[in-house]
Amino acid sequence: MAVAQQKTLAMNGDEAVALAVKQSDVDVVAAYPITPQTIIVERLSEYVANGEVETEFVCTESEHSALTACLAASATGARTFTASASAGLALMHEILYVTSGCRAPVVMAIANRALSAPINIHCDHSDSMVERDSCWIQIYAENSQETYDSMIQSFRIAEHLQVLLPVMVCLDAFVLSHTLENVQILADETVRKFVGVRQFPLVMGHEGKEVPFKLDPNNPITMGPLDLHDYYFEHKRQQEEAMKIAPRIIKEIHEEFSRISGRKYGNGLIEAYRLEDADIATVCVGSTAGTTKTVVDHLRTKGTKAGLLRLRTFRPLPLTEIMGALENVKALAIMDRSNSFGGSGGPIYHEIRHSMYDAPTHPHIVNYIYGLGGRDMPPTTILNIYKDLQEILQTKKVKRDVQFAGVRQ
Amino acid sequence: MNKTLKGWKDIPIAGVCWKPATQYLTGDWKTFKPIHDAEKCTKCLLCPMICPDSAIKWNQTNEEIEFDYDFCKGCGICANECPADAIKMVREGGE
Repeated sequence: MAVAQQKTLAMNGDEAVALAVKQSDVDVVAAYPITPQTIIVERLSEYVANGEVETEFVCTESEHSALTACLAASATGARTFTASASAGLALMHEILYVTSGCRAPVVMAIANRALSAPINIHCDHSDSMVERDSCWIQIYAENSQETYDSMIQSFRIAEHLQVLLPVMVCLDAFVLSHTLENVQILADETVRKFVGVRQFPLVMGHEGKEVPFKLDPNNPITMGPLDLHDYYFEHKRQQEEAMKIAPRIIKEIHEEFSRISGRKYGNGLIEAYRLEDADIATVCVGSTAGTTKTVVDHLRTKGTKAGLLRLRTFRPLPLTEIMGALENVKALAIMDRSNSFGGSGGPIYHEIRHSMYDAPTHPHIVNYIYGLGGRDMPPTTILNIYKDLQEILQTKKVKRDVQFAGVRQ
Repeated sequence: MNKTLKGWKDIPIAGVCWKPATQYLTGDWKTFKPIHDAEKCTKCLLCPMICPDSAIKWNQTNEEIEFDYDFCKGCGICANECPADAIKMVREGGE
């Protein structure tokens, strides 16, 4: 398949999300506005008002209701989308679990924003990281282009018959959501053909026959009923299995999309940047990776063997890929844009450090909590982290395992 | 672990019920069970209406009410509401 014809448009990350939803033949959008996600639902409501899409737009009274409406519509077989951030995502918390438990392939964009208090509308990853156990697939985009591409892929991933899990596409507040970028856009019909029509697996219903997995009066089924100590655990085990299968599906769909778009983001799960011979490296998610790549390039011109590992998916966490990519690194800094208060560092640090336990050789690992509440992460701060790593490489000693980058003393 | 229950690979996803609720017996939840006193019963048929589990039926053959202990959860509402005091709750296995 040849790379499809594309045109370049200047748009911010939110607009890129809205356009991807418009092109992906979405049946129902239910949403409640919250900064910095608002542009997404504003654009979508304009598309609906202008008659450019056949989508049903449901204005709800809260985010709790917005996700509930998406879940219910998804259960009837509709392709659904919503968007949220920060307090809005926190209000959805209960329904996040209901959505994944009902195996409803809802797709949601998260414009990552700090949680109150004190109130703050700017970027950090506290809102989505706290939902890492809710059985939603999480994709973190580095730029608006990747946001657009990931949105289109997400409908395919979520609805894949072996996955059937909801997907969050996370984009950094303002850095991506409100910043104009050149974005390569596929034609409507190309996207529509790629996402296709939602399919349904067959399940055994209570009438003793196999029926499509959707709420349909002609083939009635019950989903998400009372489920006690006799079967609840088995249903949770099924969800874990879907998460185990998901990495392969995400890679396949990413590969298939790259054939029409000409764009790739690592292998779809992780992106290793100049890591092959790197002695020192950082790990991060989201837009900070873009700045870090510039710093890595700068260090390479000076002869420093620096690299970067960007996680594109945090759920599922591609442990094998991560260990493989980092196997030759000697000093490693994990960068977390959220904190686990009273724990031992941020969530990405916890999991990467844990994955290293079984590795034949361990790098020295440090954790930097950075950028909370939209605190800028300039190249100079990142450069200082690589300088710390060089010192660790020479002294073979980690002075403090968890540090805060960019906070005033 | 109960060997008659299915494993996670053998059940539908998302809690979809593969058999009707009439085959999912919930009567073993109860601690107390209702006992009917036919002498006192006026056959007003209030109890079949108020039973939250539809576990009290009118038997047309012998013209008596009867409990479906496969579904009675032993809540005791029938005993509490019976105007003729014709239902008493006794501990399961205590008779």
